Amino acid sequence: MSVAVIGFAQAPCLPSAGTTSGVETLVPVFRRALAEAGLDRHEVDFWCSGSSDYLAGRAFSFVNAVDAIGAYPPICESHVEMDAAWAFYEAYVKILAGEAETALVYGFGKASAGLLRRVLALQLDPYTVAPLWPDSVSVAALQARCALDAGVVTERAMAEVAVRSRADASANPYSQLSGVLDLDDLLARPYLAEPLRAHDCAPVSDGAAALVLACGERARRHPRRAWISGVAHRIDPQGLGERDLTAAPSATAAAEAAGLPGDLDVAELHAPFTHQELLLRAALGLGERVRINPSGGALCGNPMFSAGLARIGTAAEQVMSGRARTAAGHATSGPALQQNLVCVLEAS
Amino acid sequence: MFVLSAPLTISFDYTRSLGPVLGRFMTALRERRVLGSRTADGRVHVPPLEYDPATHAPVIDLVEVRPTGTVTSWTWTDRPLDGQPLDRPFAWALIRLDGADTALLHAVDAGSRELMRTGMRVSIRWAADRTGHIRDIACFQPGEVTDGPDRRDDEPVTVMTTPIRLSYTHTTSADESRYLYALADGRLLGQRCPVCRKVYVPPRVCPADGVPTEEEVAIRDHGTVTTFCVVNVPFAGQRLDPPYVVAQILLDGADIPIPHLILGLPADQVRMGMRVAAVWRDPESWTTTPENIVHFRPTGEPDAPYESYREHL
Ligand SMILES: [Zn+2]
Repeated sequence: MSVAVIGFAQAPCLPSAGTTSGVETLVPVFRRALAEAGLDRHEVDFWCSGSSDYLAGRAFSFVNAVDAIGAYPPICESHVEMDAAWAFYEAYVKILAGEAETALVYGFGKASAGLLRRVLALQLDPYTVAPLWPDSVSVAALQARCALDAGVVTERAMAEVAVRSRADASANPYSQLSGVLDLDDLLARPYLAEPLRAHDCAPVSDGAAALVLACGERARRHPRRAWISGVAHRIDPQGLGERDLTAAPSATAAAEAAGLPGDLDVAELHAPFTHQELLLRAALGLGERVRINPSGGALCGNPMFSAGLARIGTAAEQVMSGRARTAAGHATSGPALQQNLVCVLEAS
Repeated sequence: MFVLSAPLTISFDYTRSLGPVLGRFMTALRERRVLGSRTADGRVHVPPLEYDPATHAPVIDLVEVRPTGTVTSWTWTDRPLDGQPLDRPFAWALIRLDGADTALLHAVDAGSRELMRTGMRVSIRWAADRTGHIRDIACFQPGEVTDGPDRRDDEPVTVMTTPIRLSYTHTTSADESRYLYALADGRLLGQRCPVCRKVYVPPRVCPADGVPTEEEVAIRDHGTVTTFCVVNVPFAGQRLDPPYVVAQILLDGADIPIPHLILGLPADQVRMGMRVAAVWRDPESWTTTPENIVHFRPTGEPDAPYESYREHL
């Protein structure tokens, strides 16, 4: 049986947006995603979300957001405390297993409510690392230096990623940052966490996204669809010092398991730091021909817990609109590209 | 109207059992010694692994490594964050201790970023007070100055406690803000769902229809107890002495109950269907908070029939 993406919508990525609960942000996003899919909310068999209590600063924050679904009478619903790309995986499997014909996957988060880079310290090993409170930008900087020292990236190549991403984001109304940057000017700017400068790091973004899936028969009734030819996710060891931080073996393994084709047109990579895009391109074996992040990517808007799902959604839009025959959506979770998910989308 | 926001600080202690590997690791730290775990391939891991990633067997072989090591990566922090090991500019680094094959993440008190480089030699600066915690390593320092082991005969470390403190700015929705502003005027405000016509207090997106509620409805501060519990258990931060009653109160005109305290009668006399009224604070002290209502008290009216609230339990 096959599964397709038939609808996608996202909220604009904003430095600070609305309520901490996420409910009000989700209502219009659901409305647009369902309208694009031509589906009534009562026709959704399975709802699955990704979000985090640590971001919201309260327990069971996802329960609150369920109001936006219209959950009474009781509906079939699930949640992952991860980027909603992993909720997407759960919904995909649910449909493959024949337990649902349609699913709506959503992610949301108000990263600006707390100090994001400090909150993210709590995803690290709780015995030997998290009690030191290393912030997420510093952890990424340790990875960037490993890659620089190993000669697999340069600060100039990192800045080039920022320049290209901001320019591409100009055509994306949902992006938070966009515009023309000067390469030499960027390289003259001060470090934020050496060797990372401000342009190397994704902004703190509030946002949400929703994606609609349908099984083969249902999907064929819809004029616009992107077929999923493979999805896989893998994980590298949690200890930062246990890993070769210049590689992302879990991304390579996920791409292989998902059947990432060599003749890909577009790849939407979830790389919140410039060096991570370069590491991912190598890990996924993406050649020069592949168009990377036409949306501008997470560097121009990184709503926590929906940015990965948005990569899959924007990759699907490339296929649904006919701009690409094959596209890949990628999501990452955890520190320094620890976990990676790859989804391959095709026109037929 | 401005949307309301307020600071919110959450703090709690994570208390974790350590198990045989991390317990011995933390016990050794208290003695100014560092243990690594040796996996079947002969590699020594610091911090230790509890299971061999290749064979999946429990790791039982712990070996001592040196308190000196080499920086394998680093970054500089000009403005340390709350809770980090040092309160002056410092480096985060990955450090491979002598005798280990993997690197440990920690802080280096280098004084200046110009002194930091990949490959530099560093050594552990031990905390004066050690309890069997990763923070027994206060930080690392450049060079190879080391304190020898401090032998002690204390009980082995089996548990570690890590305080967590997080600060947020909590922001209400526009509808919640309207509700809170009304409370500051001594009014209770509900909003009606345009689809099912139910009235929600406080206003919220209708959980049955998934649409915002829009039409404002004034709600009386009298209502009916739909269900309740008697709190008999003392807990940290408790404001009242147990026993006391927390109830769900269906305000007249609303379709969803609110939680509040029922005071003014012995706990064992509170019952489902009891009619209650809000007891407001002195209007001088009203602000945009539900605390303007101190509690609810019985009105003495006859109990409401079960049928009048059965849909709202
Ligand atoms: Zn309704």
